[in-house]
Amino acid sequence: MYSQGLRDSQAGDDLPELLEAFQKRIDAEEKIEPRDWMPSAYRKTLIRQISQHAHSEIVGQLPEANWVSRAPTLKRKLILLAKIQDEAGHGLYLYSAAETLGESRHKMFEDLLSGKAKYSSIFNYPTLNWADAGAVGWLVDGAAIMNQVALCRTSYGPYSRAMVRICKEESFHQRQGYAIMLKMAKGSSEQKAMAQDALNRTWGPSLMMFGPSDKDSTHSNQSMKWKIKRFSNDDLRQKFIDATVPQAEYLGLTIPDKNLKYNDKTGHYDFSEIIWDELFDVIKGNGPCNQQRMDARNKAYNDGAWVREAAAVYAKKLNNKKEVA
Amino acid sequence: MSALYNYVLNLADNTLILGQRLSEWCGVGPFLEEDLALTNTSLDIIGQAKMLLELASEIKGDDETADDLAFMRDQHLFKNVLLVEQPNGDYAQTMLRQYMIDVYHVYLYEELSNSSHEKLAAIAEKSLKEVTYHKQRSELWIKRMALGTQESHKRMQNAMNHLWHYHHELFESNDEIDELVQQGIAANPEELHKKWDVEVKDLITQTPLEIPTTGWKATGGRVGHHSEYLGKMLCEMQFLQRAYPGCEW
Amino acid sequence: MKLYEVFLRAKAGLSHKHVGSVHATDAQMAMQNARDLYTRREEGESIWVVDSTQIISSNPTDKAAYFEPAEDKIYRHPSFYPFDKEVKNI
Repeated sequence: MYSQGLRDSQAGDDLPELLEAFQKRIDAEEKIEPRDWMPSAYRKTLIRQISQHAHSEIVGQLPEANWVSRAPTLKRKLILLAKIQDEAGHGLYLYSAAETLGESRHKMFEDLLSGKAKYSSIFNYPTLNWADAGAVGWLVDGAAIMNQVALCRTSYGPYSRAMVRICKEESFHQRQGYAIMLKMAKGSSEQKAMAQDALNRTWGPSLMMFGPSDKDSTHSNQSMKWKIKRFSNDDLRQKFIDATVPQAEYLGLTIPDKNLKYNDKTGHYDFSEIIWDELFDVIKGNGPCNQQRMDARNKAYNDGAWVREAAAVYAKKLNNKKEVA
Repeated sequence: MSALYNYVLNLADNTLILGQRLSEWCGVGPFLEEDLALTNTSLDIIGQAKMLLELASEIKGDDETADDLAFMRDQHLFKNVLLVEQPNGDYAQTMLRQYMIDVYHVYLYEELSNSSHEKLAAIAEKSLKEVTYHKQRSELWIKRMALGTQESHKRMQNAMNHLWHYHHELFESNDEIDELVQQGIAANPEELHKKWDVEVKDLITQTPLEIPTTGWKATGGRVGHHSEYLGKMLCEMQFLQRAYPGCEW
Repeated sequence: MKLYEVFLRAKAGLSHKHVGSVHATDAQMAMQNARDLYTRREEGESIWVVDSTQIISSNPTDKAAYFEPAEDKIYRHPSFYPFDKEVKNI
């Protein structure tokens, strides 16, 4: 067992009466804590979802880190660094939450590096100009926040607490991205062109971040019933579009969707059917940067192996010394 | 330019270029906690660079801003020591460079906290807290790597063989600096060097590391004679401001 | 790497509160990692790190036996003793 103290809950037999009692707790909005009994499928779903989320944070550092060395002012460099660092922090909060379910970070990380585990497809797109650093904050973090705010009330205690912390920190991420976009959109014609280009490339993939349409989502129903998820993919996507379109208008930029139109009857924006084949293709590994991102993560992990080993050996030597003394 | 401007600019450029180097580790550190911790260090260091460049710009007194100084100067006008522009190399090299600078920064900022130049003293006082923590971290890493595995020891020794030749430049003096020391503005380089030597050598004696006894000594940063690395770093760092001058970002 | 649990005290006068965990090879590293991860926004002024394996926690199956017997001991609460309004400062 990875850690005995806080987290030695067993994946018990899923007896019907246990399942029923569990569902009652969920329905009563009780939080589930690490050592409580839980259905093995609940545990499995959580480990999958939380670790995927953690992986996304970690891989998500890379496209933005692509611009750290070229950030155009000292202030922007500081903000971008702090923001990317937060992503690493959020990854850690989430791995920490997943570990309470009995899965080691080592195992989760190995799954990421081997390509077995998935992460958000959005990070398999390149950041080609400085406005991408803005668009990622504005749209990608904007979409992420929609998801994350909904997850603050998720039924598993450690996950919910991690999300509360993340949401608190994440609120500046979207704003700093929008601030970059605003400077670019109101700047020279070249800057404006960069901003429009970044929006054109980021819009579609951002909408896909909410996952497949509800009718095609394999995990949704059970997750809703267990209150791991609290809103459907399509609802959150619509909410995101409704919030974002006026922001784009304020920037004077055009959202690349000719069918985008406010619908008086529904009170929401209508938009084009999403090309799901692209998402599934990128998930399968065929995005523009899948290989590059995985190579970068593997290289960092392999290059760091001797450092981690040195620290572990040194700690052992320290301990031996103490025992002798 | 005034002696004070040159002095402050040297301190500023040391932090700016080191911060730029450190930020290259963002996202690819040896493990997550360390990635995040090292980024804290680079944030502190670039923050110091920003304050010092703002001070330099103020001393200069024309319309050149801190950002102009960072992004529009060519390499021969940079005054940083060659140590900070050395490539990150492996983690041993990054951490040894960091430790060498951290010890220097701690003594430097301790002294400058009492500088008769109020603004410089205020920056030093704030920065001292940051670098005190940086040193705690880098010192432990030197021990871990020097005393850890055979491989880590070998790598740390390699780093030592390479970087040791760069530390003397931190303590170089000239007439301008002597004058500033007299006025109670600058820290006395010779004093700093003594303290640095005692502390660094004390740590090294706790490890199997050996100090190279002979060799070349880096110099030239203050007069704009850098290594080949700096020019390429600046190409990257200054790209947007150079390609699209006069824009707001 | 070992797992350490992290506790933070937000300010003097409050108690330490569990905030999560970090990985580290030794106690000093655990302390520094906790500082770097959990106090980036002035969240604390004191940190405890505890080797995860050293924590002894109550068992959820003991929940009824441990905690429910306190339920009917309402005489431990001040509201169990109502007085007329004339009785003051008690």
